[in-house]
Amino acid sequence: MKPFTKHTGLVAPMDRVNVDTDQMVPKQFLKLLTREGYGRVLFYDWRYLPGEKPNPEFVLNAPRYRGASVLIARANFGCGSSREHAPWAIADYGFRAIVAPSYADIFYNNCFKNGILPVTLSDAEVQELFTRNAATPGYQLSVDLEANVVYDDQGFRSGFSVDPFRRQCLLKGLDDIGLTLEHEPDITAYESRGIPTPVMHSAVDFKVFDSSETTS
Amino acid sequence: MTARTLYEKIWDSHIVRQEAGKPSLIYIDRHLIHEGTSPQAFAGLKAHGRKVRRPEMTFAVMDHSVSTKNRLLPVLDPDAASQFKALSENCRETGVRLLDMHSRNQGIVHIIGPELGITQPGLTVVCGDSHTSTHGAMGALAFGIGTSEIEHVLATQCLSQFKSKTMRIQVNGKRSNGVTAKDIILAIIGKIGIAGGNGHVVEYAGEAIRRLSMEGRMTVCNMSVEAGARAGMVAPDETTFQYLEGRPFVPRGKDFQEAVEHWKALVTDPGAKYDVMIELDAAQLAPQVTWGTNPEMVTDVTSRVPDPASFGTADARKAAEYALEYMGLKAGTPISDIFVDRVFIGSCTNARIEDLRLAAHVVEGKHVSRTLKQAIVVPGSRSVKAEAEAEGLDKIFRDAGFEWRDAGCSMCIGMNDDVLPSGERSASTSNRNFEGRQGKGSRTHLVSPMMAAAAAIEGHFVDIRQWDTAGGDHA
Repeated sequence: MKPFTKHTGLVAPMDRVNVDTDQMVPKQFLKLLTREGYGRVLFYDWRYLPGEKPNPEFVLNAPRYRGASVLIARANFGCGSSREHAPWAIADYGFRAIVAPSYADIFYNNCFKNGILPVTLSDAEVQELFTRNAATPGYQLSVDLEANVVYDDQGFRSGFSVDPFRRQCLLKGLDDIGLTLEHEPDITAYESRGIPTPVMHSAVDFKVFDSSETTS
Repeated sequence: MTARTLYEKIWDSHIVRQEAGKPSLIYIDRHLIHEGTSPQAFAGLKAHGRKVRRPEMTFAVMDHSVSTKNRLLPVLDPDAASQFKALSENCRETGVRLLDMHSRNQGIVHIIGPELGITQPGLTVVCGDSHTSTHGAMGALAFGIGTSEIEHVLATQCLSQFKSKTMRIQVNGKRSNGVTAKDIILAIIGKIGIAGGNGHVVEYAGEAIRRLSMEGRMTVCNMSVEAGARAGMVAPDETTFQYLEGRPFVPRGKDFQEAVEHWKALVTDPGAKYDVMIELDAAQLAPQVTWGTNPEMVTDVTSRVPDPASFGTADARKAAEYALEYMGLKAGTPISDIFVDRVFIGSCTNARIEDLRLAAHVVEGKHVSRTLKQAIVVPGSRSVKAEAEAEGLDKIFRDAGFEWRDAGCSMCIGMNDDVLPSGERSASTSNRNFEGRQGKGSRTHLVSPMMAAAAAIEGHFVDIRQWDTAGGDHA
């Protein structure tokens, strides 16, 4: 995973509450077998008119937001489906960080697996960023995970908190499967204890199932 | 020992490793996968030269992209075909058991898990699908995960997790006839909002929950995620044990008795504390209909489309305006004046045998409205389909003008060819009314199976409580 330490970039605004992951990557793109290439389809139904012509009314199509890499968003960003295609698309489009008042749980978790930093600030602070962004063409934000701070060059500065473990993983770009595999002896010990009950962890018995597959 | 909630008991019994300041390593007992979100996980595993640790703990099924028409015909969509091929190959290479589209037990992943007894009380269950919360109805801890976590479970049979906060939603009293589990959960989401459960695991309790069948409890737990909750659960009781006994993967004989003794302890201790407690009176509930573009935008069937100006915050007013524009609705329109183009009875929320019985009871001897373009019934699994056919429900639906289909996710998500066309309006028993959910530009109204059936007959929403067929103590 790509590490995240500090990033300064052009800001783009997504001024809607409860943006769901169906909007980020609609169903028809859930049939692809790769993790790459979803940037083109990010916010597909909002972003394109029939024939994949860019919809001039959609915010990310505005020339001033071309090349944006910091997304400011509203409450409960990323609700709905667990599809990791959503953060894949956000990252592939070029966003490195999101700043919003709150996120849906699964999406928030998925961001950290993909080198995206979801920063949580208060409603008032996020509103301030929306206001500054609207007033300032070329508005940029810096997101510093080493110092846990977001700032611009007009005097906005706010600390934020991230769980220390997630922060370390993101700072170092750690592979969390690799980390868990270091605890292999603990996993084996748990399995051999067979708790909470013996029947739960004994090998699943396929006999009855297999007969139900072949008989009517 | 301190009093613990059901969630805390299951959590505690699954800790493989914990360290201050870090997420806990939690053991995963059952892992369900489908063709939509798993291929990248297997590819990642392969790229790192890693193996599936416990293939017998993972169960795969084809559900999202399968045709609900004739499954013996070739798959015409090349992307869907490549998904099916990838899942088949991945399962063959790793030893994961696959229920392919021709399996007698095929169905929507959240229908077949409980139905086959894969899901049991006290287990941890995960799937790369947000509606995994369904399985919490068994008294399991079940939640949706992303593809990176699927890969993590395949490789380690564990997940790194932070403990959630706890919420109890107590539904008191007795429902009126015609008010179902679906109406209970829609009313809950309307009350707490789609972010109301964020960061929490919900335990549903109270008389109205206890009186629900397992099918009804699954409907409630299924939509926990629509309130933002990590998981939803109901403590197991006699209803649960009776449902489970004899299912293929449930222990038998003496082992079953032993399991039941263990399961009986899976209740929240008296005096255990929840972070949030909410109460609802089931007797006050009317059938629910969503009017907007997320499940909290819901109201009573006897009510009207709300005026965006009536919402308390600027964000909510703007969201309601967007929603009404997208839905093509005017504020103040009575819900019962909304006509629909198509009716979909199906999905992991409402396609179990009981759902189909309730809907069939409503349409029996009647015919779908002339104004309707289509009405389809998609059983949640092939077992449900077979059971329904044995009871003659397929005939009732067909005689009433419904199409009777094979099992799959179908028009809930429209990944196959069951798509709601742009601008058209549905009465749907599914779980999401997001923009474009059932097809680009489609307009979804979420309702219970009885309400969808009645809308199919009349062409518009009606208060099912006023029909004789709403009678009986159904789910």
